[in-house]
Amino acid sequence: MSRIERTLEALKGQGRKALIPYITAGDPHPDATVGLMHTLVAAGADIIELGVPFSDPMADGPVIQLACERALKHGTSLRQVIAMVKEFRIKDSETPIVLMGYLNPVEAMGYEVFADAAVDAGVDGILTVDLPPEEADEVAPLFTERNLDAIFLLSPTTTDDRIRAISEHSSGYVYYVSFNGVTGASKINVEEVASRVDHIHKLTALPVAVGFGIRDAATAAAVGRVSDGVIVGSVLVDTIARNQADTDQLKRALTDLLHPMREALDGLSS
Amino acid sequence: MSEKLTEEMLSALPDARGHFGAFGGRFVSETLMDSLMTLEEEYKKLKNDPEFQARFDKELADYVGRPTPLYFAERLTRETGGAQIWLKREDLCHTGAHKVNNTIGQALLASFLGKKRIIAETGAGQHGVATATVCARLGLECHVFMGAEDVQRQSLNVFRMKLLGAEVHAVESGTRTLKDAMNDAMRDWVSYVDETFYIIGTVAGPHPYPMLVRDFQSVIGRETRRQALEKTGKLPDALVACVGGGSNAIGMFYPFLSDESVQLYGVEAGGLGIETGKHAAPLCAGRPGVLHGNRTYLMEDENGQIAGTHSVSAGLDYPGVGPEHSWLKDIGRANYVSVTDDEAMEGFRKLTRVEGIMPALETAHAVAYAIKLAATMDKDQTVVINVSGRGDKDINTVAKLEGIEI
Repeated sequence: MSRIERTLEALKGQGRKALIPYITAGDPHPDATVGLMHTLVAAGADIIELGVPFSDPMADGPVIQLACERALKHGTSLRQVIAMVKEFRIKDSETPIVLMGYLNPVEAMGYEVFADAAVDAGVDGILTVDLPPEEADEVAPLFTERNLDAIFLLSPTTTDDRIRAISEHSSGYVYYVSFNGVTGASKINVEEVASRVDHIHKLTALPVAVGFGIRDAATAAAVGRVSDGVIVGSVLVDTIARNQADTDQLKRALTDLLHPMREALDGLSS
Repeated sequence: MSEKLTEEMLSALPDARGHFGAFGGRFVSETLMDSLMTLEEEYKKLKNDPEFQARFDKELADYVGRPTPLYFAERLTRETGGAQIWLKREDLCHTGAHKVNNTIGQALLASFLGKKRIIAETGAGQHGVATATVCARLGLECHVFMGAEDVQRQSLNVFRMKLLGAEVHAVESGTRTLKDAMNDAMRDWVSYVDETFYIIGTVAGPHPYPMLVRDFQSVIGRETRRQALEKTGKLPDALVACVGGGSNAIGMFYPFLSDESVQLYGVEAGGLGIETGKHAAPLCAGRPGVLHGNRTYLMEDENGQIAGTHSVSAGLDYPGVGPEHSWLKDIGRANYVSVTDDEAMEGFRKLTRVEGIMPALETAHAVAYAIKLAATMDKDQTVVINVSGRGDKDINTVAKLEGIEI
């Protein structure tokens, strides 16, 4: 059983929902990332999605685009991101880490070299936004052999046949994109999400985490009520952008955002 | 024997997943997958639908002004002193470039699919103008994404698009040029996928775009083949076309791929010289990777970040190239070469002064290489240059390079 599966199963046993924050590695500076990851865990994160910066993040809105630019200005590479995970693991051997990004940096590093390095560093899952399962037949077996979870996206436009097929290729959890759009947009309709996630639960046994558009504790709770976990990204990244000059203040600001979400999610089970 | 094999290979490509050998495919986020699969299915039906084809042919004839002439460049041939140089006059198409062959095809496709909102990306603005034009023609809402840098450099085309009724969105992210315009077009598409048709301007992007843009542009090569047989009694010995994304080149090459005697030359933007790193020549100096929905040769750094490009011609200033070109390169069917900014400018001046035909700076790359090539060939051989666009749009750039203020 993978670390992601163990974590989600334990939460399920407690009747709790997963809180999954996203930050872009190397933003605002490569030296800050590992510290911020520990802050996220202290504030209640169950799993961390760590963004690998890319020059052309086509699925992301302006907030994460700018985060990528800040990280790339400091030369943050995929190898460095993997090294950050390794450093994070010195103090934290429990919290699962999912690398989230685009395919080209992985191709440039080489699929097998990447998979080996990721496992060695303690990475648990890989989510490549622009890699649908149809194109993953070369890389997916490399992940499976190494017990790395391959996490794929589902969206409002995904047909039932595809939901079944994508779930078969996935492990750990599936990531439901709450609306048609890019990260950071405010288009979420909680009722629609509820009915879609309900439907997805009928087609797959995998946990369903929901991302895009979750900016506050109330929305987190509303989405947590119908799903197995919530993913929170742009609002955290925006907080990083606004507090990049002062690391202590940044850590407080991230905690102030995440902690109420944790409490709201845990309030659902009581 | 080998010709028959090639025909079989060609009819099987792209394969069911949109691959040309190791290239192409469909690398997009999940939200777009359903839309792309629907487009592929509908296009396959319409491709063999007589009503759709008749409508497309009629638009090409009466609106675009086809067939375009195949013109014997007699003085240029004499000055060069080698093979006969012929020009395929795509610059005479409505809006001044080959781009409209594709935009009218895709806009008809959008109309048949009932989509009323059109988006497009543009670099120099030629594809944007060609898209805005057909949207005006068919009464469709048009949004064009253009890098903020290009909006400034190509203000004339921005104004043309606005006159045609399009909304031009200046893209401030990344390098603020064509690749970033394509990123933002894809972001818009994801956000309004149900009502939007994305008219991609070149043979790149996710499957089925490289295939359908090739099909629409192949009219160039089909006409050239027929005209060459009529006018010279044989197939050309060489075809030369510039390659940015590669739509005019694939349109010219595709109907000749199984004619082994016909040499194919794609000319990339060598910028300040391949050795300087300041160029836009992924086939000559890049390596395979994944960008904008397909696997193809790219300009990237060692960490897989997309590199900035340089070319005097905004239309060639793109770090990727159509996946079918990547395949043609790897199987050795087509030759990909580059010429520098300076050589292209020389080609521009030469064609203007010797034939009275002012080519686009993109086209000027093909002209420059074709002159070098023709000089090495025999007098009874023929070279066809695809004159993909006219140069009026580049007057400001040329004047600036010559230190003249207009």
